[in-house]
Amino acid sequence: MSEEIYPIHEAYVPQRDNNKMGFWVFLSGEVILFGTLIGSFMLFRHRNPEQFAEVTATLNIPLIALNTFILILSSFLVVRALESLRNGSLKGLRLNLIGVLVLGALFLGGQAYEWIELRNHGIWLDSAFGTPFFTTTGIHGTHVFIGLLWVIFILIGIGKGAYSKQRFHGVEVFGLYWHFVDVVWIVLFTLFYLI
Amino acid sequence: MTTQTGTFPYMRRAEKSKFLSWALTTDHKRIGILYLVTAFFFFLVGGIEALLIRLQLAAPGAEVLGPDAYNQVFTMHGMTMIFLGAMPIAIGFANYMVPLMIGAKDMVFPKLNALSYWMFIFGGIFMYSSFLLGGAPDKGWFAYAPMTMPAYSPGMRMDFWALGVIVLVVSSTVGSINIIVTILQMRARGMRITQVPMFVWNMLITSFIGVFAFPSVLVAAALLLLDRQLGTQFFNTGAGGDAMLWQHIFWFFGHPEVYILILPAMGIMSEVVPVFSRKPLFGFTIIAFSTAAIGVLSFMVWAHHMFSTGMSQIALLFFAADSFLIGVPTGIKIFSWLATMWGGKIRFTTSMLFAMGFIVMFVIGGITGIHVASVPLDWQVTDSYYVVGHFHYVLFGGTILGFLAGLFYWFPKMSGRLLGERMGKLSFWTIMIGMNMVFLPMHYLGLAGMPRRVYTYPADAGWAFWNMFETWGAFITATGFLFIIINIVMTLRRPATHEADPWDGYTLEWATSSPPPPENFDSLPPVRSRRPLWDAKHPDMADTH
Repeated sequence: MSEEIYPIHEAYVPQRDNNKMGFWVFLSGEVILFGTLIGSFMLFRHRNPEQFAEVTATLNIPLIALNTFILILSSFLVVRALESLRNGSLKGLRLNLIGVLVLGALFLGGQAYEWIELRNHGIWLDSAFGTPFFTTTGIHGTHVFIGLLWVIFILIGIGKGAYSKQRFHGVEVFGLYWHFVDVVWIVLFTLFYLI
Repeated sequence: MTTQTGTFPYMRRAEKSKFLSWALTTDHKRIGILYLVTAFFFFLVGGIEALLIRLQLAAPGAEVLGPDAYNQVFTMHGMTMIFLGAMPIAIGFANYMVPLMIGAKDMVFPKLNALSYWMFIFGGIFMYSSFLLGGAPDKGWFAYAPMTMPAYSPGMRMDFWALGVIVLVVSSTVGSINIIVTILQMRARGMRITQVPMFVWNMLITSFIGVFAFPSVLVAAALLLLDRQLGTQFFNTGAGGDAMLWQHIFWFFGHPEVYILILPAMGIMSEVVPVFSRKPLFGFTIIAFSTAAIGVLSFMVWAHHMFSTGMSQIALLFFAADSFLIGVPTGIKIFSWLATMWGGKIRFTTSMLFAMGFIVMFVIGGITGIHVASVPLDWQVTDSYYVVGHFHYVLFGGTILGFLAGLFYWFPKMSGRLLGERMGKLSFWTIMIGMNMVFLPMHYLGLAGMPRRVYTYPADAGWAFWNMFETWGAFITATGFLFIIINIVMTLRRPATHEADPWDGYTLEWATSSPPPPENFDSLPPVRSRRPLWDAKHPDMADTH
């Protein structure tokens, strides 16, 4: 053995950076998940052009455009929430996150309204349009719902003193998730409603 | 400073009970052993299923299982070997060895590590509980639509398949993320990413393949459940869906999965061959690039499983060409191992024998792989025993032999005891003779027209002799594994020698005691090259000179 021995270091990289990197890797897998779903939607459209043209014409685009705006606004609030926390304002963090909670719930409400409308028009899971449409937007909606649970989790954490000017990384990672879900929605809105 | 070894708050109480101290552990070495033991158990179950298959096929018209049970057994044989055997064995080795080889004291997310293990065992038990609850999945491991649709598969069998797959791939995804971040963030001071041992590098690439491939099969299983339970029409061609969609989504995962199964074993090869040849790995950089190339190409070859489905000419050409191409980085590895051995002072330990067996067997599987990658030949042999012979040479002759090389190589590190060499060599030769008796005649049977997944065959087809021969081979192979189990049990009954570095190794896992203390290292040699321990032991011949 060599004479030269290095001491063991506790950690070479702070754990919070590891959490963030792990989450990025997770999100790269999510890209494949939504990519597969979107690919299936495109295949169904290619196979059933008439039905897709017909249903797309009846979609409530103003409602969903409003929904898209709501989701983008909520992403903006997440940015502000993190900003407030880094400036040391727990009140700002709490208010902005409550805003996210309200906007996210509005988004899900809008989506539920749209689904009921479509169902009343006879478009449901067993149709060629409905099969990929409800599945993809449903899985996206589930992501929004999980995000809202996460917000509630953070709000409870604020009360327990889990966040401070220095400890903002939990909110930062939540922000990554929320922005990702937002971006996915913008892609879905473009592909499913506008094109 | 954050501590890397997470412990549950009630851990102190748990330490008093031996059972609880294992059940609640977050130590990567214990989780690694749990993975290896559990996966080896499932591997034996899958092996027993293989023996049942061989008994059923031993003679024409045999009634050992009958058609319904046969379909369940061959499906579960495939599912078990892939999801509950080979993949978790690789994760087990990675769990134990990756932190040691990069000089870390644990995985980066110890609690997530425990979570992935417990999800894995839950998924395995869940899938096997189907045998008691109306029958196991019976549509083959790739579960083609429309056979899996409610009309053709009533009952819950395929729901068990889909839910089990979802649990197991979530577990594997969590494990993959953990391995990736551990390798990228936890390396010892001075160890550059280009200096990690080849096993670590292969696990990094394997885990990335997993992160990108698993979501695809997750979606496939979820859509299958929706079709079966909520009335969507994804795979119902008659209602605007497409049965081919299943094949595309499944194989977009399924082919990368093949590399998820082989790359860890190739990583073990790249550790074992240099150490027992007393030379550094030949062409380290080229091997590292070839692994990365395999990782990229593995996502571009999936439709070669679908040549006979009437794809367009251009798609056939594209996927055939890509499949030929992926043979190149694979061949590079073979040549590098041979060149590593060339001129080396080879020590013929059991571990090295298994590694050399890997090279010969994998080349056979690789060459038949080139055969089935060529479209006209594939049209002739697809869904025949030729294909079964091909992938067993890769997965048994490659993955399993690689794992056995790893077992004999690393067992002393995990237990502080060397496995018996005489018994080891006996098991090596038994397994080699047995596996070739089983899998080599499959090529002939396939060319002679025997289709795969049939529960019996006519007496006048001329397939009876080789089928009986294969069944004998299967039992000889099983005897070889019996020798390995006896070897392990007898070794564990002997007192431990705790030799830190029995093979005169190169990499950091040999720089600590056997088995290592809870936090792995008291001190580390400086890392300035790819063989830090060699440098420390031979300063006059260090790689950095």
